[in-house]
Formats: sequence, structure tokens, C-alpha cells
Amino acid sequence: MPKLHVETSINGDPVEYLCEPHETMLSVLRDTLGMTGTKEGCGTGDCGACSIQVDGRLVCSCLMLAAEAEDSEIETIEGISGKDGLHVLQSKFLEHAALQCGICTPGFIVASKALLEKNPDPDEETIRYWLAGNLCRCTGYDKIVRAVQDAAKELASPA
Amino acid sequence: MTFVSLLGRLNATNYVGIGVFMGLQGYYAPNSVDEVISLLLEAANESQLAKLLAGGTDVLVQMHSGLNKPDVLVNLKKIKETNRLEINDREIYIGAAIPSAQMQEYQNLKTLLPGLLEAADLIGSTQVQGRATICGNLCNASPAGDSIPALIAAGAVCDIANKDGGRQLQVEDFVVGVGQNALEPGEFLLGVSVPTPSSTKKDAYLRFIPRTEMDIAVAGAGVAIAFEDNKCVEARIAIGAVAPTARLVERAGEALVGHEISDETIENAVAACREAASPISDKRGTAAYRKKVVGVLIKRAIKIAESRVREAA
Ligand SMILES: Cc1cc2nc3c(=O)[nH]c(=O)nc-3n(C[C@H](O)[C@H](O)[C@H](O)COP(=O)(O)OP(=O)(O)OC[C@H]3O[C@@H](n4cnc5c(N)ncnc54)[C@H](O)[C@@H]3O)c2cc1C
Ligand code: FES
Ligand code: FES
Repeated sequence: MPKLHVETSINGDPVEYLCEPHETMLSVLRDTLGMTGTKEGCGTGDCGACSIQVDGRLVCSCLMLAAEAEDSEIETIEGISGKDGLHVLQSKFLEHAALQCGICTPGFIVASKALLEKNPDPDEETIRYWLAGNLCRCTGYDKIVRAVQDAAKELASPA
Repeated sequence: MTFVSLLGRLNATNYVGIGVFMGLQGYYAPNSVDEVISLLLEAANESQLAKLLAGGTDVLVQMHSGLNKPDVLVNLKKIKETNRLEINDREIYIGAAIPSAQMQEYQNLKTLLPGLLEAADLIGSTQVQGRATICGNLCNASPAGDSIPALIAAGAVCDIANKDGGRQLQVEDFVVGVGQNALEPGEFLLGVSVPTPSSTKKDAYLRFIPRTEMDIAVAGAGVAIAFEDNKCVEARIAIGAVAPTARLVERAGEALVGHEISDETIENAVAACREAASPISDKRGTAAYRKKVVGVLIKRAIKIAESRVREAA
């Protein structure tokens, strides 16, 4: 039987793909479209490595069917940096050494960007609760939280 | 009618396609309630397992772990009725496609039903809440489902769609066993309707978990109380994760109604809840521990709901 045909938008570009009905958005991003910036840590919604935004909402791409993307607007880590280079969050993660192996980093950056879009001046507690669904096994969370705080500061008053 | 003939019919609407792999034979995203009902009846006639797909945060995990093997998935997020979130003087209606994150964006929903919103806010991470619905939580019918005791306390009614024009069922009668709800073949939940609370009525939900985030309740407590002249005039108290299903404890409510809230009346309500609990022992806690904890949570939740009423006055 034929696969499903899906038309969607990814990082502002119209995209079409074929997928199996059971296939997740994560698997189509990585394996069909070659967009491997989005990572798989668990496949069960626990780690946040697969975070993307769908119609402006932060979600786990491992908990969404690729077929559900029909007529949606998807944003992935690949769409975060602008034509002027890295996004402030990316620069701040580097500056604060908020990553080691890096597998959790795309998820943290996508999730942090979603937070700052909703709340440009979050306190530490808000950041920690917002990012509670993103797990990092190497760095520890302090550096990550500092990087997000610093990015928020810079976005509020660009240096 | 077979799926092939449905294919023709759905092409005109929002049909996305059909495929076969891992047992899943079809995925549909219909635009109308009637189409959902015929898909469900069609599957039932062919002895196929059709699963509704709301946020998918239970469906996908269960499907990919092999716990559930649906033949057909029916996405209900493209339907107008399931996307209704309405607040008026009479009722608060939360459609089956509304994710928890969207509920949290309505400030007056937070003011009117702080307990239900608290419960929804405890379900999973920010990412999970971007998809997860309280109706999905309810239909999944886990004994530890966080929104269920809160919905029971708030007096929520299930708005069920079927081919005969639908029916209504109180939430406490909807969950009938572990993982089992009262829906018949061809039925699905359109949304839940909560009677709009007066300004002297507030709710609260508390759960106990070993961590501070991302865990499953060891015990849960949902409370909604209303006052007039310092006297409690209405109380609905529900317990979660301490029995095969969340339970409305009518005797706990009765212990409060007609009285001022005091340590004594609260203790009576707590005793009724401990009696109504029939927990299991597992790695999260022994039965005795759960009974103890559920009482403590009920006591605290009553006090929180009471202080909310006073603050609103
Ligand atoms: C990481 C993670 C953490 C979680 N933490 C919690 C937690 O703390 N507390 C908690 O209670 N749950 C938790 N959950 C479980 C889950 O997120 C919730 O149960 C959620 O509310 C389910 O909603 P959904 O919309 O995703 O449901 P779905 O997965 O879409 O559906 C759930 C079930 O209900 C059926 N269904 C859905 N909608 C309808 C309808 N309208 N009519 C008929 N049947 C329907 C589906 O077929 C399925 O069987 C967690 C899940 C994950 C992945
Ligand atoms: S891979 Fe999706 S949450 Fe872990
Ligand atoms: S840097 Fe390795 S998991 Fe976070």
C-alpha cells in the first residue's frame, strides 16, 4: 500500500515527503529528510533531545507522527541560526561551555528559544521548570541555565 | 464499507493517506464528528482496533513499545468541535484536542479552575504539555492520571459523541477500570464540560511524587469547595493513584458540608478518604504509606482550596 504523502513547512520552506503511518516526525526529519540536528535520546518523551516547535508550540518530535505535520509550521534546530551567524542562544551555550558531548544541546536550544519567545525575562526557577523535560547527562544544568539567562539579557539589550 | 471505499470518501476532506507497516493499516485525520464515528464503527465491524489520536503522548509510547497494537489511528485534532475552549456563565467547555499548554494560556481558566490547571500542569514536561490533552489523560484511564481526580472534584461531565446524537456521563462514572473507560464502540469523547464555579467556589489538586518533576503520582488529591457565610455549602473530594480508578469520596464531601472548616471536619474528611482508598504496594510506595499520604494531601488540598476562596472574596 502506498505511503502517506505529507505537505508541510519546515523552517519556513515548503516541504513534501512520504512516510509510513506509524513513523514519527523525528524519524522523518532524521532519516528521510537528512536533518540530523534533531536528536533521539529515548524515543519516549522523557529526554527532550528531539524538541521541535510545531505551530509555535514546543513538542517532542518522537511523540508526534510524521503524518500529523500536514499543513503545519515546523521549526527545528537547523532553522535557529540566522544569516548573520549563530543565534544568541547558540553563542551563549558556547561561551558558557554549556555542552560537552552535545547530544542534548539542540533540544536545549530549541526549548530555550521557545521559552524566550514566550517569556523574554524568565527567572531561574521558570527556566529550570521549563527545561525539566530536557535531560543532560554530561554538563550539569547550571551552565545551561546561566547560558539561557545570559542570552535573555543580551536579547533584551543587545551589546 | 471497507477502508478502500472510505478512501474515496475521505479524499474530498482531509484524508492524508493509508499505508501498512507494523500492523498499523491506516491513519485518518477527518474534519467532522460523523466521519470519526463511521471510521470507528467501520473498524469495529471488521474487528479492527481503532485508536483515537489526541496528543499522542500515551498512544505513541504504547504503540512503539508494543503495549498497544492499533490497526487504525484516527486523529481528532482537525475537527471544529474538539478544538472548542469556551468559558461562559454556565459552563467551561474544554474540547478533546486542546493541549494542556493552550489551557495554561487562558488566565480566566486559571482563576476559575486553578486545581484543574494545576493537575494539567503536572502532566509531563513543557514538550509533553505542548501535545497532551486532559481528555486523553482521562480516556487513557491510568489509575495515576493526574487530571482525573481534579476533573471529578470540579464536577466535570464527559461530552460523548456517537451516532445517536451523543450522551453525557459524569467523569467519576467514565473510568471503569485500569486503562478502561465507558466508551462503547463507535463512541469518542468530544470534550469535557465543567459547571462554571461561582466566585465562592475554588478547587485544588495535589499529588505526591518522589521527585519534583516528571514522575507518576504515588497519591493524588482533588478538592473543590464552596462557601456561604463561612460555612461550606458544597464539597467534592476525589482521590487518585490509590485504587484501580480515581474515586469520588462522597462521605468526605459530606463531612465538610454544613460546617465551618475546622481541624475536626478536615480530619473526618481525611478519614473517609483513607477508608475509600484501596492502594497497591509497589516500588513507589507500600499500600499503608499511600493511605497515609493520600490523607495528608487531602488535608492540604482542602486548606489550599479554602484559602483560594478567601483570597477571591
Ligand atoms: C514523558 C511523559 C511524562 C508524562 N507524565 C505524566 C504525568 O505526570 N501524569 C499523567 O497523568 N500522565 C503523564 N503522562 C501520560 C500522558 O502524557 C497523559 O496521559 C496525557 O494527558 C495523554 O493525553 P494525549 O492527548 O497525549 O492522549 P493520547 O495519547 O492521544 O490518547 C490517550 C488514550 O486515550 C484515547 N483517546 C484520546 N483522546 C480520546 C477521545 N477524545 N475520545 C476517546 N479516546 C481518546 C487514545 O486512543 C489513547 O488510548 C506522561 C507522558 C509522557 C510521555
Ligand atoms: S527522543 Fe524524544 S524525548 Fe527523548
Ligand atoms: S552535553 Fe552530553 S548530554 Fe548534555
